[in-house]
Amino acid sequence: MIKIAIIGFGTVGQGVAELLARKRDEIEKKIGRFKVVAVADLTGAMTGEFRLEEAIEHRRKGGLPEKKSAMEIAENEDYDVMIEVTTTRLDEEGIAYMKVALERGASVITSNKSIAVALMDLLRLAKRKNVKLLYEATVGGAMPVIKLLNSYLAFCEIRSLKGILNGTCNYILTRMEEEGLPYNQVLSEAQEMGIAEANPTADVEGIDAAIKLVILANTIGYPAKFEDVKREGITKITPQAFKVAMQKGYTIRLIAEASKKSLRVSPRLVKLNSLLAIKGTLNALMIQTDTAGEIFVAGRGAGKYETASAILSDLYELHRDR
Amino acid sequence: MSELFTLVVELEDKPGQLLKVLEPIARNGGNIVGIVHQRGKKTPLSRVPVEISFTADPKKAERIFEELQKEVVVRAFGKIRTATVSLLLIGHIIHTDLSDTIRRIDSSEAECVELNATMPEINQPSTAMMTISAKSDEALERALERVREICKEKGIMVIEPVNEI
Repeated sequence: MIKIAIIGFGTVGQGVAELLARKRDEIEKKIGRFKVVAVADLTGAMTGEFRLEEAIEHRRKGGLPEKKSAMEIAENEDYDVMIEVTTTRLDEEGIAYMKVALERGASVITSNKSIAVALMDLLRLAKRKNVKLLYEATVGGAMPVIKLLNSYLAFCEIRSLKGILNGTCNYILTRMEEEGLPYNQVLSEAQEMGIAEANPTADVEGIDAAIKLVILANTIGYPAKFEDVKREGITKITPQAFKVAMQKGYTIRLIAEASKKSLRVSPRLVKLNSLLAIKGTLNALMIQTDTAGEIFVAGRGAGKYETASAILSDLYELHRDR
Repeated sequence: MSELFTLVVELEDKPGQLLKVLEPIARNGGNIVGIVHQRGKKTPLSRVPVEISFTADPKKAERIFEELQKEVVVRAFGKIRTATVSLLLIGHIIHTDLSDTIRRIDSSEAECVELNATMPEINQPSTAMMTISAKSDEALERALERVREICKEKGIMVIEPVNEI
């Protein structure tokens, strides 16, 4: 029996719980029986015998019933796997939970991008404790990129990664390209639609993409830090820029690039017929290898079930051989 | 170090004409890489354009050019640029001394060969597509680095292409 603790019970945490409940039969056929022994977030916790649907119901009505902190759950509950899906914050709260779990000999699956600041340390800790840290959900949402790089391309030299890792920016640039609208207007509309946040800085200045790029870079063995990323956002791009670019057969996309000589997030000219000229909120990654040539992945970079599906893929990865 | 040059001459369509061109190239140590007779593009005076590519020391290539001008009609002469990149510039491109920008980008190994600018209303940033050619990928990378520096200094945004090699 796999005992799971879910830390963080917001959109992603609830998405994971829903999928675990809905797909229980299929999941258990592949990895064996599992039980969620605890869920916890800022509102409280739920432990012992409970159904996932109950936890979701409690959360929707205001909060989880038990007055235990997430850290108490992390430190005291008996679990094999921690699914850490708290929101990415700079105070590294999520990393603290992960460290506790790994130290206690439990594997960790996370969607928390704050691992970018400590990925190498966390991976070393996991190795030392003979457990795993899996983080597919941190980059590209539903797109399977971390395991692709780590497993299937394990014996390829990765020469470069070029990706569209922020759906908000890609949406804004796509609409500027197609409708010739100015940046500010498209941004406001995106905010109304919930595609861009009220404070869009992290997205439009390339910060979010840079964090993901750091995670990818570390995954392929470059010990990069956030400060190493040369970063430029999309706020200065004009509709005229698209027109001029178009005459030469280009469009503009915010591209995150990692290679031996370059680590940067910046608006780039992309050929209109390129796979990277992808539209809307989609994410994409072009991987250039020595022996496998180029590999391209695209998919939804965010969303409740999309992110949860990446978490489940890690759960499978963790237990498929058992 | 020798570099690759190309020249197009107009020759009368009769025996012995090509020799007039090849002799100065050979005498100055040039090495012929290719000769193409453009018979389909005869001039009104029935001359045949001939494109000749050769490698030579740049100084000697100049001498070849001078000598050839005395012998035949030289329609074009220049270095073959092998690496090209198009960049999009956004900002106050014109008002930050465009000619200074281009002068500083140009060098013996790379130059700005095309510029297509649009200017919206006054005080609004303009946009330009700039194409730079260089004699090698390394020379192009050095030129690109100069562009980045100059534009950073002048507050111009540079949008580089994604290379999909």
